[in-house]
Amino acid sequence: MTEKLVVIGNGMAAGRVLDHLFERDAGRYSVTVFGSEPRVNYNRILLSPVLSGEKEFDDIVTHDQAWYESHGVDLRAGVTIVSIDRAARTVTDSAGLVTSYDKLLVATGSSPFVIPVPGANLPGVVTYRDLDDVNAMLAAAQKGGSAVVIGGGLLGLEAAAGLAARGMKVSVVHLMPTLMERQLDAAAGYLLQGAMQSRGVDVFTKANTKAVVGDSGKVEGVLLEDGRTLPADIVVMAVGIRPNAALGKAAGLTVNRGIVVDDEMRTSDPDVFCVGECVEHRGQCYGLVAPLFDMAKVVAARLMDDPAPRYEGSSVSTKLKVTGVDLFSAGDFNEADDREDIVLRDASRGVYKRLVLKDDRLIGAVMYGDTADGAFFFDLLKTGADVSDMRDTLIFGQSFVGGANQDPNAAVAALAASAEICGCNGVCKGTINEAIAAKGLTDVAGVRAHTKASASCGSCTGLVEQLLSISLGAGFQKADVEPMCGCTELGHDDVRRLIVARELKSIPQVMQELEWKTSCGCAKCRPALNYYLLCDWPTEYQDDSQSRFINERVHANIQKDGTYSVVPRMWGGVTSPAELRAIADVADKFAIPTVKVTGGQRIDLLGVRKEDLPAVWADLNAAGMVSGHAYAKGLRTVKTCVGTDWCRFGTQDSTGLGIKIERFMWGSWTPAKVKMAVSGCPRNCSEATCKDVGVICVDSGYEIHFAGAAGLHVRQTDLLGKAATEDECIEIIAALTQAYREQGRYLERMYKWSNRVGLETIRAQIMDDMPRRKALYQRFVVSQATAQTDPWAERVAGKEAHEFNPLMMELAEAAE
Amino acid sequence: MTMHMSGWIEVGGVGDVPLRGSRVVRAPGGDIALFKSADGHIFALRDQCPHKMGPLSQGIVHGRSVTCPLHNWIIDLESGEAQGADHGCSNVIALRVEAGRILLDARALALEAA
Repeated sequence: MTEKLVVIGNGMAAGRVLDHLFERDAGRYSVTVFGSEPRVNYNRILLSPVLSGEKEFDDIVTHDQAWYESHGVDLRAGVTIVSIDRAARTVTDSAGLVTSYDKLLVATGSSPFVIPVPGANLPGVVTYRDLDDVNAMLAAAQKGGSAVVIGGGLLGLEAAAGLAARGMKVSVVHLMPTLMERQLDAAAGYLLQGAMQSRGVDVFTKANTKAVVGDSGKVEGVLLEDGRTLPADIVVMAVGIRPNAALGKAAGLTVNRGIVVDDEMRTSDPDVFCVGECVEHRGQCYGLVAPLFDMAKVVAARLMDDPAPRYEGSSVSTKLKVTGVDLFSAGDFNEADDREDIVLRDASRGVYKRLVLKDDRLIGAVMYGDTADGAFFFDLLKTGADVSDMRDTLIFGQSFVGGANQDPNAAVAALAASAEICGCNGVCKGTINEAIAAKGLTDVAGVRAHTKASASCGSCTGLVEQLLSISLGAGFQKADVEPMCGCTELGHDDVRRLIVARELKSIPQVMQELEWKTSCGCAKCRPALNYYLLCDWPTEYQDDSQSRFINERVHANIQKDGTYSVVPRMWGGVTSPAELRAIADVADKFAIPTVKVTGGQRIDLLGVRKEDLPAVWADLNAAGMVSGHAYAKGLRTVKTCVGTDWCRFGTQDSTGLGIKIERFMWGSWTPAKVKMAVSGCPRNCSEATCKDVGVICVDSGYEIHFAGAAGLHVRQTDLLGKAATEDECIEIIAALTQAYREQGRYLERMYKWSNRVGLETIRAQIMDDMPRRKALYQRFVVSQATAQTDPWAERVAGKEAHEFNPLMMELAEAAE
Repeated sequence: MTMHMSGWIEVGGVGDVPLRGSRVVRAPGGDIALFKSADGHIFALRDQCPHKMGPLSQGIVHGRSVTCPLHNWIIDLESGEAQGADHGCSNVIALRVEAGRILLDARALALEAA
């Protein structure tokens, strides 16, 4: 007697089960298939080439009408099952028709997740799941205009590339900092972002969709949380899928996220099997095709009473189907202690490969730019082969023969001849190479003498050495450079010069192009890179708060007990009764235990609870006070004496000048903290000669001193030069500070920079070379244009609120 | 106060913890620090460095480690152990992530509360 098999769902998983079933015994079951889509079975993963125009729908059909007929399958296309009666062993469809079964296969798949924002139901908002969605996108593309894709995962990016190929202006909005973060690490995500942008797709990461906007019942754009609106004639939601488990749940099957099956692919009812994206197996739901096919084999065997095959979960690999983007990811590539990373970066070819090993076995692989060895690595991963014998060369892939070593000079070798090596003297790579060849130079001193490269601040010395090394080969011995940290071989100066020469503008970009050895840096290099990028690209770089030390992240100073201290700015050390009252009120209101006067002529409120910080700042802001940056690697204080206003010895308006300097320079980030002072006469009551920059007023003008210290080291300042007017004085100080910002290594105080570079070198830059001083001053001015925003007011207004609000447990629920 | 707690207590969503960042959970037995590594994994430790009780939640997260903001001890997020030459351990709090929600082991919290 023929048994009755009913299949709910006509997708790829169901199709594959039937293929295997008919291979084994075409006559055992009489099969009825219900599919909600009014068409035959097709290969859903190939919808992207249909969207981009590289394939037609007919090309991706897997089971056509003739197949159903020849196999005697009763296909009810466009018919949805609404309930299952397990006791009666029947299913009921939307038309009310009842069909009975002996064995039931649930293959209902998954549904795209639509984020519940206002406007999500407007006409013109589509998901990306089936042919109807593709047709809707194609119809929109025919009219041209703009598309916004919400979701920078696999499907979202394929949709974006397809719509761009069809001529639309496409933007991708992605919540996370990097694209495809579930399959790729940040480094590969960065390369992918570049590839999408080169296809004309705008990528907005860390972008939260607030609403879909539209008028007269049609979508017009996407409003982001930060207030930006992206115009859109069509919006594609591709933020994820969820298993269609409702039918199973209503039928009383065990359901968590998906319909729960055992290793035999049976649900909690032994006559009901389940396959595909609606399945939850060992706590895992899958959204890729390979596991579906693994499951299908087991289901078919079970339907034939073959007990041998069992489903034990799948290793999954991902390939993005965007023409020209080579990307592969498989397995688990998260970092953990018991794992080892092997990373290969080839910046000039745009290649990134990362293998993750555990117990001498490959457990994860990410590749970008060159995925030729994807199958080889995936095979090693699935079989769990011991790779200890080949681990030294594993990353080079299957075809590797011989022992290629990474070239330590690769980053410099890749520079164009026109790339500037020495920023001080404007010497490019070609000039240095020509000089080395023409004059037979063999050392840095020779290059300095003939080209002036590395002759000023010296920060390009490492690069000059590498150029010598490339030209002279083994004949050149370069001085040891202390690497920035364990993540790179490059020193601070080399990294800075390369950031400028190669126009590197983000931390992932620096790490990729300069071949960082770790995937996301460490607590030493990240804050340094964040500063260098901020300094070199002031109008373009987006500050990365997670790469800041805590004090700069929350704009207050952490104390030993985890509370914070708050120091409002008092310009030039001058305050007023109103400010003092406001400070007193704040101290009372928030029960701040200690109020102390600092050495920099400020008032410090110590012992503020972190949660109270925004409210404390709000009150101080309301009284006209802003952040004193007492926590910053930046300008902290300008201390003054009372000068000609009050003092019988004062020669100039030292208080007024100090306030002018502070108002002009506050908010600027520097390699380490900068403290200044202005004294009205050589009696030096504001102690200017132990500050980073100190001004001593004299009858004839202003003496500008710098590079003092009064901390771990005590060091008297050196005289930089004299200025006749306040304006000239401010210009010199700003130019000096800018030179320090550009040449100082992160955390190197001004006096250490001066010791390293040399007083005469600095004096020559600032006091003797007028065009240079003007240029430095101008760069400082440009940088200040984006720097002078009160960080306290921003946080009072809600910026980074998560920093200040702890998560709370629901204790009522917790207590029994 | 005596509390009897069992099972798992939800403290928030995975999305509430910034990438390469952290959040603090105020628990009866003391603060718990939740961390999210660059690859999106969530970890929970007592918010105290084994060195001088520094709040680890305020440190820089890199790889699967956090650097304490007070004296730069590096603490492994999975084991709570200090790295390198330093010795000491922060208690790891058992956690589960389900459907994007973070659940902490209530018993561990109750024990610490006692």
